[in-house]
Amino acid sequence: MQYSIDNEKIIKMYEKMYLIRKYEERIYYLFLEGVMPGTIHQSHGQEACAVGMLYDLGKDDYMTSTHRPAGHCLAKGVPLESMMAEMFAKANGCCRGKGGAMHTGDMSVGAVPAIAIVGGGIPIAVGIGLSLKMRKTRNVVVCFFGDGASNEGAFHEGLNAAAIWNLPVIFACENNFYGASTHIKKVIKIENIADRAAAYGMPGEVVDGNDVLKVNEAAARAIERARRGEGPTLLELKTYRIGGHSRNDACGYRDKEEEKEWFAKDPIKRHREYILSNNILDENSLKKLEKEVEDRIERAVELAKASPDPKPEDALRHVYYEGGE
Amino acid sequence: MAKMTIAEALRQAIREEMRRDERVFCIGEDIDIEGGFGGAFTVTLGLAKEFGYDRIINTPISEIMIAGAAVGAAMTGMIPIADVQYGDFLFCMMDQLANQAAKMTYMSGGKVKVPMVMRAPVGATTRGAQHAQSLEGFFTHIPGLKVICPATAYDAKGLLKTAIRDENPVIVFEHKLLYGSKGTRAEKSALSPIGEVPDEEYLIPFGEAVVRREGSDVTIVANLLMMYRALEAAEILEKEGISVEVIDPRTLVPFDYDTVIKSIAKTSRLMIVEEDTKRNGWGAEVAAHIAEEAIYYLDAPIKRVAAYDVPIPFAPVMENFVIPSVDRIVEEVRNLMKS
Repeated sequence: MQYSIDNEKIIKMYEKMYLIRKYEERIYYLFLEGVMPGTIHQSHGQEACAVGMLYDLGKDDYMTSTHRPAGHCLAKGVPLESMMAEMFAKANGCCRGKGGAMHTGDMSVGAVPAIAIVGGGIPIAVGIGLSLKMRKTRNVVVCFFGDGASNEGAFHEGLNAAAIWNLPVIFACENNFYGASTHIKKVIKIENIADRAAAYGMPGEVVDGNDVLKVNEAAARAIERARRGEGPTLLELKTYRIGGHSRNDACGYRDKEEEKEWFAKDPIKRHREYILSNNILDENSLKKLEKEVEDRIERAVELAKASPDPKPEDALRHVYYEGGE
Repeated sequence: MAKMTIAEALRQAIREEMRRDERVFCIGEDIDIEGGFGGAFTVTLGLAKEFGYDRIINTPISEIMIAGAAVGAAMTGMIPIADVQYGDFLFCMMDQLANQAAKMTYMSGGKVKVPMVMRAPVGATTRGAQHAQSLEGFFTHIPGLKVICPATAYDAKGLLKTAIRDENPVIVFEHKLLYGSKGTRAEKSALSPIGEVPDEEYLIPFGEAVVRREGSDVTIVANLLMMYRALEAAEILEKEGISVEVIDPRTLVPFDYDTVIKSIAKTSRLMIVEEDTKRNGWGAEVAAHIAEEAIYYLDAPIKRVAAYDVPIPFAPVMENFVIPSVDRIVEEVRNLMKS
């Protein structure tokens, strides 16, 4: 399959990445201000993975995410406003205030409520793939997880099953080199997680996870293969967190040289330079686009702040399904 | 009316529901391999002949995946009936059951449904500590799950059909000595009750206990195999002039307290018999609930008869000692009548 991409898509992908970056930055400051309950696990630095993997999916394609779900959810099309309201624990949040940062999602756009147990989403994605195949759709599911999850038993069981049944699952391993504070070298003997794919009889590929075009190209191949009914693919997207594992993490365990090297490969900076150097948009137009994104986020913050809290006794509802209401 | 075993009744329930609704499918280890056993206790034997291997899915030995696949399929328009060979293996899939299946509806603010069934055989059958546990209590503790435990062929069919049509995850506990599995999968010392099952379609709602035997002196609440032992004990005690009422709760979540309270209003004495170990079991919850809500009906302390708090031993003499026997139930009722 020949991979091609038009300028409109290149710009839209930048806009989505920029939205994720600014969303995460805004959340960080709101969190520091103390106006937001809970904890945060942020995805800035990894925007190219989310956008590159999910850009070409439709609403009927699914995505499973992790404890670090904001980028995935925005890229899959969960409305910004409902995500922000959920962060503020409001009644009109995407999970009605019952999910929070780590369970963000919206099934109406194919974003499974995020699964915050490491590796827990992998078998679920297999089940979704099974369902898509049994119902004879051409849809696919992208299953995000981190380098750490590839050491879970769920990874082994899930990838093996997806492979033997040729399920339409794309396993997207965002390798950001750290499981919380533990460097991957301490917990994985081999260089590339993608090499594990061979053990299951599926293709595995290492991808520059900070280059949205490279990610999108690899995703397109894997998605097409899945839609053809040829089965799953494991993509290892090498990337890096800009922030820490969670709130108040100064990353004392990271080498400063390593950080410098990766920050220079910032996916947004790179894609922005690509747009400018290829004369796809000029500086002024980019600034205008960026300003619009920032304004959207500010409006979402104001809307969330003004939204009603859930009633305390609403905690007793939805233990069992009540018809979706 | 047809007479059948519990294994046959469960199979018939699955067959009818799979015919009725093409979203229903079975997934588990060895559930119907040609020349195999049809699941550890023959429940799914022969179903692939009618429905094919696309809907009767034999899996690798991967319990996490089986449970997770059921969750994912249930969330996206299918109705999986997952199968585990021995209830003990549910512990291998606890994240998927306790963190995923049970919480997905809630975490989504009620927007997502997980209509899945997880079937699991329980009960001690001289297989040692890892193929013996009665796990109902663990699962009754998890909000978001429903827990049922049919003990007759009639209930097995009617309750499983209800479970398949429920929009929530339902854990079905079945007893190895009650299945009536045949051939190489027959159990030594099995009770294998044969029951009458109507020819026409029926469903049994959750949360409705059944009075298996009426009595006036003491109420025994007992499920699965223990229900049969309580009935046997009641026969013996009747000859001594003690009239025992036996209630089979049939479903533990939801639990029918009304039937129990109505009974103790008459008998003034309550015993709970369960095969699970005693500490923090479902019996403890029933006892606590009755103590909170209806203690004024009672003339004596509530008595729990359960397995001793040890892993289930292999030696039959030890296993029989640990699990409540008919004799132990009889003895404890006599004691209860004295207090």
